[in-house]
Amino acid sequence: MSGARIEVIERNCKGCSICVEFCPKDVLEMDVFVVKVVRPEDCIKCMQCELLCPDFAIKVHDE
Amino acid sequence: MAYDYEKSIRPGKLPHIWCPGCGHGIVMKGLIRAMDACELDREKTTIVSGIGCASRLPGYLDACTLHTAHGRAAAFATGVKLTNPEMNVICCGGDGDGTAIGGNHFIHACRRNINITYVIMNNYIYGMTGGQFSPCTPTGMKASTTPYGNPDPTFDISKLAIGAGATFVARTTAAHPREIDKLITQGIKHKGMSVIEVLDDCPTSYGRRNKFRSVIDMMKRLKKDAVPAKAAAKMTPEQLEGKFLTGVLYHETDKPEYTEQYDALIKRVQEGA
Repeated sequence: MSGARIEVIERNCKGCSICVEFCPKDVLEMDVFVVKVVRPEDCIKCMQCELLCPDFAIKVHDE
Repeated sequence: MAYDYEKSIRPGKLPHIWCPGCGHGIVMKGLIRAMDACELDREKTTIVSGIGCASRLPGYLDACTLHTAHGRAAAFATGVKLTNPEMNVICCGGDGDGTAIGGNHFIHACRRNINITYVIMNNYIYGMTGGQFSPCTPTGMKASTTPYGNPDPTFDISKLAIGAGATFVARTTAAHPREIDKLITQGIKHKGMSVIEVLDDCPTSYGRRNKFRSVIDMMKRLKKDAVPAKAAAKMTPEQLEGKFLTGVLYHETDKPEYTEQYDALIKRVQEGA
Protein backbone atom coordinates (compact mmCIF):
# COMPACT_ATOMS: atom_id res chain seq x y z
CA MET A 1 0.00 0.00 0.00
CA SER A 2 1.35 3.37 -0.86
CA GLY A 3 0.21 6.97 -0.94
CA ALA A 4 1.60 7.95 2.44
CA ARG A 5 4.17 10.63 2.98
CA ILE A 6 5.78 10.44 6.43
CA GLU A 7 7.22 13.69 7.65
CA VAL A 8 9.76 13.71 10.48
CA ILE A 9 10.26 17.02 12.23
CA GLU A 10 13.88 16.50 13.28
CA ARG A 11 13.93 19.56 15.47
CA ASN A 12 11.32 17.97 17.77
CA CYS A 13 12.55 14.35 17.67
CA LYS A 14 14.34 13.22 20.84
CA GLY A 15 15.11 9.71 19.58
CA CYS A 16 12.98 7.71 22.03
CA SER A 17 12.33 5.12 19.26
CA ILE A 18 8.70 4.45 20.30
CA CYS A 19 7.57 4.94 16.68
CA VAL A 20 10.23 2.54 15.37
CA GLU A 21 9.17 -0.15 17.85
CA PHE A 22 5.41 0.13 17.41
CA CYS A 23 5.32 0.46 13.60
CA PRO A 24 3.74 -2.84 12.45
CA LYS A 25 5.43 -2.68 9.03
CA ASP A 26 8.94 -1.62 10.04
CA VAL A 27 8.79 1.53 7.97
CA LEU A 28 11.02 3.48 10.35
CA GLU A 29 14.54 3.03 11.66
CA MET A 30 16.77 4.93 14.01
CA ASP A 31 19.49 7.06 12.46
CA VAL A 32 21.70 7.55 15.56
CA PHE A 33 19.61 10.12 17.47
CA VAL A 34 16.63 10.79 15.20
CA VAL A 35 14.17 8.59 13.39
CA LYS A 36 14.49 8.03 9.65
CA VAL A 37 11.86 6.87 7.13
CA VAL A 38 13.36 3.92 5.25
CA ARG A 39 10.43 2.05 3.65
CA PRO A 40 7.63 4.58 3.05
CA GLU A 41 6.08 2.33 0.38
CA ASP A 42 5.20 -0.26 3.10
CA CYS A 43 3.22 2.23 5.19
CA ILE A 44 -0.41 1.17 5.81
CA LYS A 45 -1.35 4.49 7.45
CA CYS A 46 -2.30 2.94 10.79
CA MET A 47 -1.14 6.21 12.40
CA GLN A 48 0.46 4.43 15.38
CA CYS A 49 3.70 6.41 14.97
CA GLU A 50 1.92 9.74 14.89
CA LEU A 51 -0.40 8.88 17.81
CA LEU A 52 2.38 7.48 20.00
CA CYS A 53 5.06 10.09 19.29
CA PRO A 54 5.31 12.10 22.54
CA ASP A 55 7.29 14.86 20.85
CA PHE A 56 5.01 15.99 17.98
CA ALA A 57 7.83 14.94 15.65
CA ILE A 58 6.16 12.60 13.15
CA LYS A 59 3.24 13.13 10.79
CA VAL A 60 1.62 10.80 8.27
CA HIS A 61 0.22 12.70 5.28
CA ASP A 62 -2.22 11.21 2.78
CA GLU A 63 -0.93 11.81 -0.74
CA MET B 1 -4.70 12.43 7.73
CA ALA B 2 -1.97 14.12 9.72
CA TYR B 3 -3.56 15.79 12.72
CA ASP B 4 -2.96 19.51 13.07
CA TYR B 5 -1.81 19.80 16.69
CA GLU B 6 0.17 22.97 16.04
CA LYS B 7 -2.94 25.14 15.88
CA SER B 8 -3.58 24.31 19.57
CA ILE B 9 -0.01 24.88 20.73
CA ARG B 10 1.51 28.26 21.55
CA PRO B 11 3.97 29.26 18.82
CA GLY B 12 7.62 28.53 19.51
CA LYS B 13 6.93 26.18 22.44
CA LEU B 14 8.06 22.96 20.76
CA PRO B 15 10.16 20.93 21.42
CA HIS B 16 8.78 20.54 24.94
CA ILE B 17 10.83 19.90 28.11
CA TRP B 18 9.74 16.32 28.75
CA CYS B 19 12.38 13.56 28.59
CA PRO B 20 12.73 11.30 25.54
CA GLY B 21 9.93 8.73 25.67
CA CYS B 22 7.92 10.43 28.43
CA GLY B 23 4.23 9.70 27.94
CA HIS B 24 3.03 13.17 28.91
CA GLY B 25 3.38 14.27 25.28
CA ILE B 26 1.05 11.44 24.20
CA VAL B 27 -1.51 12.55 26.80
CA MET B 28 -1.21 16.17 25.62
CA LYS B 29 -1.99 15.04 22.07
CA GLY B 30 -4.99 13.12 23.36
CA LEU B 31 -6.20 16.17 25.27
CA ILE B 32 -5.89 18.36 22.17
CA ARG B 33 -7.90 15.83 20.11
CA ALA B 34 -10.55 15.62 22.85
CA MET B 35 -10.84 19.42 23.07
CA ASP B 36 -11.26 19.55 19.29
CA ALA B 37 -13.84 16.74 19.36
CA CYS B 38 -15.89 18.69 21.95
CA GLU B 39 -15.42 21.87 19.86
CA LEU B 40 -14.39 23.79 22.95
CA ASP B 41 -14.02 27.53 22.48
CA ARG B 42 -10.45 28.20 23.63
CA GLU B 43 -11.51 31.49 25.19
CA LYS B 44 -14.06 29.64 27.31
CA THR B 45 -11.70 26.86 28.35
CA THR B 46 -9.39 27.04 31.34
CA ILE B 47 -6.70 24.46 31.87
CA VAL B 48 -5.42 24.40 35.44
CA SER B 49 -2.38 22.60 36.79
CA GLY B 50 -0.19 22.42 39.87
CA ILE B 51 3.53 21.72 39.92
CA GLY B 52 5.42 18.87 38.34
CA CYS B 53 6.32 17.40 34.98
CA ALA B 54 2.70 16.74 34.03
CA SER B 55 1.70 20.18 35.28
CA ARG B 56 3.87 21.80 32.61
CA LEU B 57 1.23 20.74 30.09
CA PRO B 58 -0.99 23.88 30.14
CA GLY B 59 2.03 26.04 29.35
CA TYR B 60 2.09 24.62 25.83
CA LEU B 61 -1.61 24.88 25.07
CA ASP B 62 -3.25 27.83 23.40
CA ALA B 63 -6.20 28.32 25.78
CA CYS B 64 -6.77 30.10 29.08
CA THR B 65 -4.27 28.45 31.40
CA LEU B 66 -3.46 28.63 35.08
CA HIS B 67 -0.28 27.21 36.60
CA THR B 68 -0.79 27.18 40.35
CA ALA B 69 0.81 26.09 43.63
CA HIS B 70 1.83 22.47 44.20
CA GLY B 71 -1.23 20.23 44.52
CA ARG B 72 -3.69 23.11 44.41
CA ALA B 73 -4.96 22.60 40.86
CA ALA B 74 -8.35 21.26 42.02
CA ALA B 75 -8.79 24.14 44.49
CA PHE B 76 -8.05 26.81 41.86
CA ALA B 77 -10.21 24.98 39.32
CA THR B 78 -13.12 24.94 41.79
CA GLY B 79 -12.71 28.70 42.16
CA VAL B 80 -12.63 29.29 38.42
CA LYS B 81 -15.69 27.12 37.87
CA LEU B 82 -17.73 28.70 40.67
CA THR B 83 -16.90 32.23 39.54
CA ASN B 84 -17.74 31.47 35.95
CA PRO B 85 -19.86 28.33 35.52
CA GLU B 86 -19.87 28.83 31.72
CA MET B 87 -16.15 28.12 31.64
CA ASN B 88 -15.00 24.62 30.66
CA VAL B 89 -12.46 23.71 33.31
CA ILE B 90 -9.87 20.99 32.76
CA CYS B 91 -7.32 20.08 35.43
CA CYS B 92 -4.02 18.39 34.63
CA GLY B 93 -1.45 16.99 36.98
CA GLY B 94 0.61 14.06 38.07
CA ASP B 95 0.02 11.45 40.74
CA GLY B 96 2.16 13.16 43.39
CA ASP B 97 0.59 16.54 42.73
CA GLY B 98 -2.97 15.21 42.63
CA THR B 99 -3.07 12.51 45.31
CA ALA B 100 -0.35 13.37 47.83
CA ILE B 101 0.28 17.08 48.06
CA GLY B 102 -3.13 17.92 46.64
CA GLY B 103 -4.94 14.83 47.90
CA ASN B 104 -7.18 16.89 50.11
CA HIS B 105 -8.28 19.22 47.30
CA PHE B 106 -8.74 16.29 44.97
CA ILE B 107 -11.09 14.32 47.22
CA HIS B 108 -13.14 17.39 48.07
CA ALA B 109 -13.55 18.35 44.42
CA CYS B 110 -14.79 14.77 43.88
CA ARG B 111 -17.11 15.03 46.90
CA ARG B 112 -18.73 18.23 45.60
CA ASN B 113 -19.23 16.74 42.14
CA ILE B 114 -18.30 20.04 40.52
CA ASN B 115 -18.22 20.03 36.71
CA ILE B 116 -14.45 19.73 36.21
CA THR B 117 -12.49 17.25 34.10
CA TYR B 118 -9.40 16.10 35.98
CA VAL B 119 -6.74 14.32 33.89
CA ILE B 120 -4.27 12.63 36.26
CA MET B 121 -1.09 11.37 34.66
CA ASN B 122 0.08 8.57 36.95
CA ASN B 123 3.75 7.82 36.30
CA TYR B 124 4.24 6.19 39.74
CA ILE B 125 6.81 8.73 40.93
CA TYR B 126 7.69 12.36 41.59
CA GLY B 127 9.60 12.87 38.34
CA MET B 128 10.56 16.53 38.39
CA THR B 129 11.68 16.86 42.00
CA GLY B 130 14.18 14.01 41.90
CA GLY B 131 12.40 10.68 41.73
CA GLN B 132 11.00 10.42 45.27
CA PHE B 133 8.33 7.75 45.82
CA SER B 134 4.73 8.90 45.57
CA PRO B 135 1.55 7.30 46.98
CA CYS B 136 1.20 5.56 43.60
CA THR B 137 4.63 3.91 43.55
CA PRO B 138 3.91 0.16 43.58
CA THR B 139 4.97 -1.69 46.74
CA GLY B 140 8.51 -3.02 46.45
CA MET B 141 9.56 -0.71 43.63
CA LYS B 142 12.53 1.61 43.98
CA ALA B 143 12.66 5.37 44.06
CA SER B 144 15.39 7.79 45.10
CA THR B 145 14.00 7.86 48.66
CA THR B 146 13.24 4.12 48.82
CA PRO B 147 16.51 2.55 47.59
CA TYR B 148 15.59 -0.84 49.15
CA GLY B 149 12.08 -0.91 47.72
CA ASN B 150 8.93 0.96 48.68
CA PRO B 151 7.31 -0.56 51.81
CA ASP B 152 4.05 1.42 51.47
CA PRO B 153 0.79 0.10 50.03
CA THR B 154 -0.39 1.90 46.89
CA PHE B 155 -3.22 4.30 46.17
CA ASP B 156 -5.69 3.29 43.48
CA ILE B 157 -6.59 6.72 42.07
CA SER B 158 -9.74 5.55 40.30
CA LYS B 159 -11.12 3.80 43.39
CA LEU B 160 -10.22 6.85 45.47
CA ALA B 161 -12.15 9.10 43.08
CA ILE B 162 -15.18 6.78 43.06
CA GLY B 163 -15.12 6.55 46.85
CA ALA B 164 -14.84 10.31 47.22
CA GLY B 165 -17.88 10.90 45.02
CA ALA B 166 -16.71 11.62 41.46
CA THR B 167 -19.43 10.69 38.97
CA PHE B 168 -17.31 9.78 35.92
CA VAL B 169 -14.16 7.78 36.48
CA ALA B 170 -12.09 6.18 33.75
CA ARG B 171 -8.62 4.79 33.35
CA THR B 172 -6.37 4.26 30.36
CA THR B 173 -2.66 4.24 29.59
CA ALA B 174 -0.27 6.24 27.44
CA ALA B 175 0.13 3.14 25.27
CA HIS B 176 -3.56 3.38 24.24
CA PRO B 177 -3.64 6.80 22.52
CA ARG B 178 -7.06 6.46 20.87
CA GLU B 179 -8.67 5.60 24.20
CA ILE B 180 -7.16 8.72 25.83
CA ASP B 181 -9.06 11.17 23.65
CA LYS B 182 -12.21 9.02 23.71
CA LEU B 183 -12.34 9.00 27.51
CA ILE B 184 -11.37 12.67 27.93
CA THR B 185 -14.12 13.57 25.44
CA GLN B 186 -16.65 11.62 27.52
CA GLY B 187 -15.29 13.29 30.64
CA ILE B 188 -15.65 16.80 29.21
CA LYS B 189 -19.20 16.06 28.07
CA HIS B 190 -20.14 14.56 31.45
CA LYS B 191 -21.83 16.99 33.80
CA GLY B 192 -20.09 16.61 37.14
CA MET B 193 -16.63 15.70 38.37
CA SER B 194 -14.85 13.46 35.90
CA VAL B 195 -11.52 11.86 36.67
CA ILE B 196 -9.46 10.30 33.90
CA GLU B 197 -6.42 8.46 35.18
CA VAL B 198 -3.78 7.92 32.50
CA LEU B 199 -1.06 5.46 33.47
CA ASP B 200 2.16 6.81 32.13
CA ASP B 201 5.85 6.01 31.90
CA CYS B 202 8.73 7.88 33.50
CA PRO B 203 11.87 6.40 31.96
CA THR B 204 14.23 8.82 33.71
CA SER B 205 13.20 8.62 37.36
CA TYR B 206 11.20 5.39 37.58
CA GLY B 207 12.31 3.16 34.71
CA ARG B 208 16.05 3.25 35.16
CA ARG B 209 15.77 2.48 38.90
CA ASN B 210 13.42 -0.44 38.35
CA LYS B 211 15.13 -2.53 35.69
CA PHE B 212 13.09 -1.33 32.76
CA ARG B 213 15.80 -1.37 30.12
CA SER B 214 14.13 1.22 27.93
CA VAL B 215 11.02 3.26 27.41
CA ILE B 216 9.83 0.50 25.05
CA ASP B 217 9.83 -1.96 27.97
CA MET B 218 7.64 0.40 29.95
CA MET B 219 5.21 0.96 27.08
CA LYS B 220 4.96 -2.79 26.47
CA ARG B 221 4.23 -3.38 30.14
CA LEU B 222 1.42 -0.82 30.01
CA LYS B 223 -0.02 -2.58 26.96
CA LYS B 224 0.36 -6.07 28.49
CA ASP B 225 -1.11 -5.33 31.92
CA ALA B 226 -4.13 -3.33 30.75
CA VAL B 227 -7.41 -5.27 30.87
CA PRO B 228 -10.58 -3.60 29.55
CA ALA B 229 -13.19 -3.43 32.33
CA LYS B 230 -15.70 -5.39 30.20
CA ALA B 231 -13.25 -8.24 29.58
CA ALA B 232 -12.30 -8.35 33.26
CA ALA B 233 -15.85 -9.30 34.25
CA LYS B 234 -15.28 -12.72 32.64
CA MET B 235 -11.85 -13.28 34.19
CA THR B 236 -10.89 -15.02 37.43
CA PRO B 237 -9.05 -13.20 40.26
CA GLU B 238 -5.92 -15.26 39.45
CA GLN B 239 -5.96 -14.07 35.85
CA LEU B 240 -6.32 -10.47 37.05
CA GLU B 241 -3.32 -10.70 39.40
CA GLY B 242 -0.97 -7.77 38.70
CA LYS B 243 -3.24 -6.32 36.00
CA PHE B 244 -5.26 -3.12 36.05
CA LEU B 245 -8.64 -2.30 34.54
CA THR B 246 -9.07 0.27 31.79
CA GLY B 247 -12.04 2.00 30.22
CA VAL B 248 -14.98 3.64 31.97
CA LEU B 249 -14.97 2.35 35.55
CA TYR B 250 -17.83 4.39 36.97
CA HIS B 251 -20.54 6.58 35.49
CA GLU B 252 -23.43 8.12 37.38
CA THR B 253 -25.80 10.80 36.11
CA ASP B 254 -28.23 11.27 39.02
CA LYS B 255 -26.04 13.15 41.46
CA PRO B 256 -26.60 16.96 41.46
CA GLU B 257 -23.83 19.15 40.09
CA TYR B 258 -22.26 21.65 42.49
CA THR B 259 -22.40 24.96 40.55
CA GLU B 260 -26.08 24.40 39.75
CA GLN B 261 -26.81 23.67 43.40
CA TYR B 262 -24.91 26.79 44.39
CA ASP B 263 -26.76 28.97 41.87
CA ALA B 264 -30.07 27.59 43.14
CA LEU B 265 -29.01 28.44 46.69
CA ILE B 266 -28.15 32.03 45.72
CA LYS B 267 -31.48 32.39 43.94
CA ARG B 268 -33.42 30.97 46.88
CA VAL B 269 -31.73 33.27 49.40
CA GLN B 270 -32.15 36.36 47.17
CA GLU B 271 -35.83 35.65 46.63
CA GLY B 272 -36.33 35.04 50.32
CA ALA B 273 -34.71 38.35 51.32
